[in-house]
Amino acid sequence: MMRPGSEAELAEMVRGAGGPFVIRGGGTRGIGVTGPGAVLETGGLSGIALYEPGALTLVVGAGTPVAEVERVLAAEGQRLPFEPPDMRGLLGRAGDSTIGGVVAANASGPRRVQAGACRDSLIGVRFVDGTGTVIRNGGRVMKNVTGIDLVKLMAGSHGTLGVITEVAFKLLPAPEVQATLCVAGLEGAGAVAAMAAALGSPFDVTGAAHVPGRGTFLRLEGFETSVRYRAKELARVLGRFGSVAEVGGDVWTQVRDVAPFHGVEGDVWRLSVTPSEAPALVAKAGAEAAVYDWGGGLVWLRMAVGVDLRARLGAFQGHVTRVRGEGPAPAFQPEPAAVAALSAGLRAKFDPRGVFNPGLMRAA
Amino acid sequence: MEMPVPDPAILAKRARILERLAAVLPADALISDPAETRAYECDALTAYRCLPMAVVLPRTTEEVAAVMRECHALGVKVIPRGAGTSLAGGSLPTPDAVVIGVARMNAVIETDYANRFIRVQAGRTNLSVTGAVEAEGFFYAPDPSSQLACAIAGNIGMNSGGAHCLKYGVTTNNLLGVTLVTMTGDVVQIGGPFMDAPGLDLLGVICGSEGQLGVVTEAWLRILPKPEGARPVLMGFASNEVAGACVSDIIKGGLLPVAIEFMDRPCIEATEAFAKAGYPDCEALLIVEVEGSPAEIDEQLARIKAIAARHDPVAYREAETEDQAKRIWLGRKSAFGAMGQMGDYICLDGTIPVSSLAFVLRRIAELSDQYGLRVANVFHAGDGNMHPLIIFNANQPGDLDRAEALGADILKLCVEVGGCLTGEHGVGVEKRDLMSVQFSDTDMEAQLRVKDVFDPGWLLNPAKVFPLYVTASRRAA
Repeated sequence: MMRPGSEAELAEMVRGAGGPFVIRGGGTRGIGVTGPGAVLETGGLSGIALYEPGALTLVVGAGTPVAEVERVLAAEGQRLPFEPPDMRGLLGRAGDSTIGGVVAANASGPRRVQAGACRDSLIGVRFVDGTGTVIRNGGRVMKNVTGIDLVKLMAGSHGTLGVITEVAFKLLPAPEVQATLCVAGLEGAGAVAAMAAALGSPFDVTGAAHVPGRGTFLRLEGFETSVRYRAKELARVLGRFGSVAEVGGDVWTQVRDVAPFHGVEGDVWRLSVTPSEAPALVAKAGAEAAVYDWGGGLVWLRMAVGVDLRARLGAFQGHVTRVRGEGPAPAFQPEPAAVAALSAGLRAKFDPRGVFNPGLMRAA
Repeated sequence: MEMPVPDPAILAKRARILERLAAVLPADALISDPAETRAYECDALTAYRCLPMAVVLPRTTEEVAAVMRECHALGVKVIPRGAGTSLAGGSLPTPDAVVIGVARMNAVIETDYANRFIRVQAGRTNLSVTGAVEAEGFFYAPDPSSQLACAIAGNIGMNSGGAHCLKYGVTTNNLLGVTLVTMTGDVVQIGGPFMDAPGLDLLGVICGSEGQLGVVTEAWLRILPKPEGARPVLMGFASNEVAGACVSDIIKGGLLPVAIEFMDRPCIEATEAFAKAGYPDCEALLIVEVEGSPAEIDEQLARIKAIAARHDPVAYREAETEDQAKRIWLGRKSAFGAMGQMGDYICLDGTIPVSSLAFVLRRIAELSDQYGLRVANVFHAGDGNMHPLIIFNANQPGDLDRAEALGADILKLCVEVGGCLTGEHGVGVEKRDLMSVQFSDTDMEAQLRVKDVFDPGWLLNPAKVFPLYVTASRRAA
């Protein structure tokens, strides 16, 4: 295993070795099969490089544990806006998730509906490409349109374009309080309609999830009096869908981490779709269980082992990724030929030797 | 400003190029008479002008694709153009290029309130996107100050921002997908009416690529429910430092105002003389706007007032009526007009870390003295996006050169303190030659790779964004 202690050392390693490399942060959220290769771990590239609470800005080494980042921010009453999920329980993995791994997976939790995805909070990045060259893009300011935005490109690239060494984020203040409303007794279509009504209201909903059998949940965050006021108004909006009650907030960690599927046998697929299309697709999938997040725009599906979900669903606006399980179907959604050619072209430019995570994000 | 020598081989083929374009377009979609193409010789950066070989004004994605195929086959450069409001010269033509203007493509294709998106043709103006959904209580968040005229295509090209970015983000954070016509004439869908796309984030590199990767003809945009209400407060301070510290404390206090606007003394004086908004006589002024129900607004403003009080404001005015709110915004909204009354001006767009605000303003004042040119500052303080306005006299020989030199020094200062050259206007030709201040050649080379993939022949808007020396070998190949 290779574990560089600095960006320069990492660049040297990439230049010097023939590869292939399996890039790893904490090894807690791998999707798909990376293929053979020497494990290259980023844990040595850790530490807070800069934190300015008054500017809502954080610059941090890619190998820094997410837990440490969250602790440092919490001490100043701030947080990462996008609520990164902890995938260990779902995937049966151990270890400490790193912030670089979160970025490489563009991992975003329930707050994505209001605060955007990881890539929306990411404002700067440094990485080592497949030739061992250090590349810098973006910076530490939240408005920056200078040049081509490689920051977004690196988010969600799953270590296929380069090894991320440092990331910069725009932060948000942590709210004073949160409240969760639960609408009881809804099926998929009714739940998505209720969530759409909530997300289309002016009450600034920061989470909209549906766990069949448990309820349909809406989250509000902010200053106490404001949250009280909005909870009352939102309950009024939701009244026509079913009985509304205020419940404890632990459901958000469960939705974020897909807790209902922890320790339960079966493949897990992640469906990204136009929310109102979700219930019909869930039915078509013949899933054993489903968890709706993002107002229905994201659905976690627990499927019988080995089912090719793509073949079942046919064509639709959206895509599915197999997060847990194996099979002949690729984990990542194959792209239309013209788009796949662009992606392959970028990969060949940034990693001309094809040494980084060679098996990932490929059609086969 | 240097532009590449037009390709004589292309100029020589003019008649044939026009013939081929005419063959794939309706008669009124192709313009080549200089009397008519004159309207396209520049954008809002009017200091630089050049007639293109031709202008095409397609109405459909298919027409755009047909033009791209012809241009690709003939090796003709293409300059994409939205509404022509770029302040950076993003759509400045060259004599050997065809301008593709998408302004006629302005239809709403689909509005979907349950899923909170609108799909539009990319020539639609920014404000009319909100116009199409506001009856249902929704709006499109990015609001560049040119929003009445600017097109979504240009917003995507430049990743445009606006006054409300602190809360709502910029174009890239509100864009779900695009229909893109590549240089070879392929029509591809990137992203779509869902929240994340599979594969690499191509949408992320297309947004803000200044028309160098393809022509965007349609877009899926996220729409948001309108807040119940909004109210501004105006506060005056004894120095820029104190105002800057107050901004920082408001942010640290857990508040997320929808806008924090900053004006310095030269700007306050100029707008007061012009708009007579009744602004206080002070060194620095903040306009802070918060959103929500009346009770929520009251609570946020009470917190802001308590924070401001720690900084001994020389004035503090809360809008109690709609009319008072308008007066608070009046001066800010007339700032650019007021500067226009004082003379010609250059508007800069650098972004700085908010923590460097006071230092940067002090340095700008020193540079202003050194160059003997007035600089007024009005900007979005919450996100550090500065808009220093350099006042000069275009009729005075040498004044423009001096103003540009001062502008370059100010932008270098922004980069020095950890910021960037442009926060929302884009690089275009205006800041092209300053890119090496912010990026090493290696960093720029990495960005060029993306263009190599989308446009291997370097035909799309090729002399923009990067210094010519950096792109020379690619453009020549």
